Amino acid sequence: MSINASGWRPEMGGAEQGEAATFTGNRALMLEEALIFERDNFNGTGVELPSAPTIASRLGGLERNRPIGLPGLSEPETVRHYTRLSRQNYAIDLGVFPLGSCTMKHNPRLNEKMARLPGFADIHPLAPVQSAQGALELIHLVGEWLIRLTGMQAVAMSPKAGAHGELCGLLAIRSALEARGDARSVILVPESAHGTNPATAAFCGYAVENIPATAEGRVDLEALKARLGPDVAAVMITNPNTCGLFERDMIAISEAVHAAGALVYCDGANFNAIVGRVRPGDLGIDAMHINLHKTFSTPHGGGGPGAGPVVFSAALAPYAPLPFVEKQEDGFHLVEEETAGEHHAGSFGRMVAFHGQMGMFTRAAAYMLSHGADGLRQVAEDAVLNANYVLRRLDDVLDAPFGASGPCMHEALFSDEGFPDGFTTLDVAKGLIDEGFHPMTMYFPLVVHGSMLVEPTETESKAALDQFIGALRSVAERAKAGDPSLKSAPHFAPRRRLDETAAARKPVLVWREPEQAIAAE
Amino acid sequence: MRYLPLTDADRREMLSVIGVSSIDDLFGDVPEGARFTGPIAGLPAHASEIAVERQLSALARKNLAAGDAPFFLGCGAYKHHVPASVDHLIQRGEFLTAYTPYQPEIAQGTLQVLFEFQTQVARLLGCDVANASMYDGSTACWEAIGMARRITRRTRAILSAGLHPHYVSVARTMARFTGDVLDTAVPELTDGAPGGDMARLLGAIDGETSCVVVQNPNILGHVADLSELAARCHEKGALLIAVVTEPVSLGAIRSPGEMGADIVVGEGQSIGVGLQFGGPYVGLFATREKYVRQMPGRLCGETVDASGKRGFVLTLSTREQHIRREKATSNICTNSGLCALAFSIHMTLLGEKGLRDLAALNHAQAVIAAERLGKIPRVSIVNSAFFNEFTLRLPTEARPVVRALVDRGILGGVSLGRLYPDEAALTNGLVVAVTETSTVEDLETFASALEEELA
Repeated sequence: MSINASGWRPEMGGAEQGEAATFTGNRALMLEEALIFERDNFNGTGVELPSAPTIASRLGGLERNRPIGLPGLSEPETVRHYTRLSRQNYAIDLGVFPLGSCTMKHNPRLNEKMARLPGFADIHPLAPVQSAQGALELIHLVGEWLIRLTGMQAVAMSPKAGAHGELCGLLAIRSALEARGDARSVILVPESAHGTNPATAAFCGYAVENIPATAEGRVDLEALKARLGPDVAAVMITNPNTCGLFERDMIAISEAVHAAGALVYCDGANFNAIVGRVRPGDLGIDAMHINLHKTFSTPHGGGGPGAGPVVFSAALAPYAPLPFVEKQEDGFHLVEEETAGEHHAGSFGRMVAFHGQMGMFTRAAAYMLSHGADGLRQVAEDAVLNANYVLRRLDDVLDAPFGASGPCMHEALFSDEGFPDGFTTLDVAKGLIDEGFHPMTMYFPLVVHGSMLVEPTETESKAALDQFIGALRSVAERAKAGDPSLKSAPHFAPRRRLDETAAARKPVLVWREPEQAIAAE
Repeated sequence: MRYLPLTDADRREMLSVIGVSSIDDLFGDVPEGARFTGPIAGLPAHASEIAVERQLSALARKNLAAGDAPFFLGCGAYKHHVPASVDHLIQRGEFLTAYTPYQPEIAQGTLQVLFEFQTQVARLLGCDVANASMYDGSTACWEAIGMARRITRRTRAILSAGLHPHYVSVARTMARFTGDVLDTAVPELTDGAPGGDMARLLGAIDGETSCVVVQNPNILGHVADLSELAARCHEKGALLIAVVTEPVSLGAIRSPGEMGADIVVGEGQSIGVGLQFGGPYVGLFATREKYVRQMPGRLCGETVDASGKRGFVLTLSTREQHIRREKATSNICTNSGLCALAFSIHMTLLGEKGLRDLAALNHAQAVIAAERLGKIPRVSIVNSAFFNEFTLRLPTEARPVVRALVDRGILGGVSLGRLYPDEAALTNGLVVAVTETSTVEDLETFASALEEELA
């Protein structure tokens, strides 16, 4: 095999010019790590099981007769493999993670401890409800908090993530329209929306049309009004929006949408900016999903799991999905298909096996109870304060396209205006990596050229912000001065810029034995 | 408030840098009618860590945990032993508190794990490629039906009677809105092959069929050879979608990919992820290489960096919502990354040897349990072939029996009345799962209690 045990070959290079090359490819604490498949451990294992009693097989003649090809490592090797890999990741535990619209805030460890209590972690989803009253009560408790914080009428807890929550909201909207014999075909989405909004609308069979933004980064109310008509089922609005601005006309938007017989969906990804200070129910919203990791501090885990409960207005509550938890005199009940018929006949049905992301509900509950209603209001205020501080400390060096129209909410938006030819937002992002920070969101929202969307969140101290601001200022100044070293950043990360074009042109999505890989070429 | 580092002095200083006099000035864009002041009715104020822990622990104690009872529930979620190192490793902050790996130079840890996960899943399910995970098995199943529609440009999907009824419900919910036509059936307690409907499926495939969806082992525990079904699908230009809700079974039985399935989806919870009352779990999704551009979800691929070193990136994102918006293959964004990590670590600890041993142990204990429970007067085992789960036919309705067993501290299986409330022919069915975590004593306690309840 041409690859040694570290996954590194001498011809790969790796040492910076002027640096000494190492035998292993490692550079002190920066450790290379081979794939589990490259260790020749296809007969190994890290578990010890009791031996199986002898029986006559009842597998119906379907016994596996070919090897699967799964390597097994001993426990020490396993712990080391994943620990070494973990060190190649940036994380909120390491520093500011200002990914706009993604909301990376501190994840309290009490959440983790509570989610692992056997009474929550070790219960089967089909356990008889009499044996899971505490679990149902917990789901009900989180649902109650969400209803009260949003000023809405009902909540669906089962959606598995934000995009799944969007789906839930649109299915309820479509059910409500069909119930009144008025199936409509179009969903209006602002240009600045998350990509999930149009994708979700299309996923459940709608045509999608864009609504333009005003010069100050908000929904163009007049353009929206002009487009509303009998074919429009709903408008999907993100508020606060992805430019970091509150939709000042939100009440007027809702009124216009309702007057046209349509419904208002709100992407609640940015609810963290207003929790405790604004209730979406007071803005005329009919359905809104809440990403528990963004507002209620559940961990993002490098790509999920999320949780996307959806709150509903009175108009949509009858169409909410199954199952859900109901509090009755004798305890908590689970309303499923069999019991729904009696008093929830309008439900659009089930959108997932079981009851949703229980493990995320326990974490969110720990966070809600820790902060209380007063603390959550402080969360929103500090998040908005931190973002405005970043905006005003950097708007002399970076163009803030909507900075003149007033304060931002939880995130500060900058553009690449003023960068010399050949210097881009990407270069600034990669330069920030060398400074020890995760970059901000790049090239989103699409309405601003070379977007840089910075969301500090409320869990950053002023000292941490000041350091981040200093770093971003320095990198922006280097970009504006045309510093060529920025074009090849990052220099100090575990990897230099990765070739994404090559990855997509000839996708290698699984590891194959080297001989096999060569044969396939 | 222990999670908020700003001091009042910081706040005053920052307001002055911003150039406003109070925090309210920053919320000036909120319409006056929607400015909420004062406490929110019905919600408590902040609480100490001690107080929160006390309150939530009290709730947790109201539940009967699987580990505290003889436990025999399955039907799409299984209790397996997860080695201690799995949960410790996934709690490393660099994994737990990272975001989706959008900046690959500082996310190689997550990305390499996803590449390894994709390889493990593809091999386990017997397919060329797998994605970086879906929410769970039920949503992965619907996504597979949608993918088959895109590939075949047909809309008629035939669902096996043995498919988990929740998965059927999810598909039914979505099909109402997408225009897919679903051909479904309710399982029968046929002796030998409960829930098996091979003849129905073979007869129903026609030139309009986009896919056949079949679960193996099925909801009643029956295992079947899918080869003939795959061949018939391919003859008619349809795809075979196989669903696996118990991936440990693949340590003992042939994978759906080997038997000819075109898309294999699964619930990965059994490997590395706890029961957690239903979530978060991890959806597995694998297929043939030629269909990769029609796949939903994130994919991690190998590439090189500017100095020629191997590295990994998220790739083929032109399928995805953040690039393609309304033309994306799916609306999925966040998936189940941390559960995929847990799956991958547990699978690395098991290895092929451990997985085969684990599967053998599950099967052996299930066979022994079936023999014991089958000896209870008027109780019969419906299955001839099964892995670690089988169906009992009781002489009476199973649901009240399950509740009575709970009163005795025993979690004794899933009654078919719970899963199919409208089907009178199924009410006496009880699905029993047996894994490596059940002991001989557990089985005896369960069997004697069941015998007493039925006496």
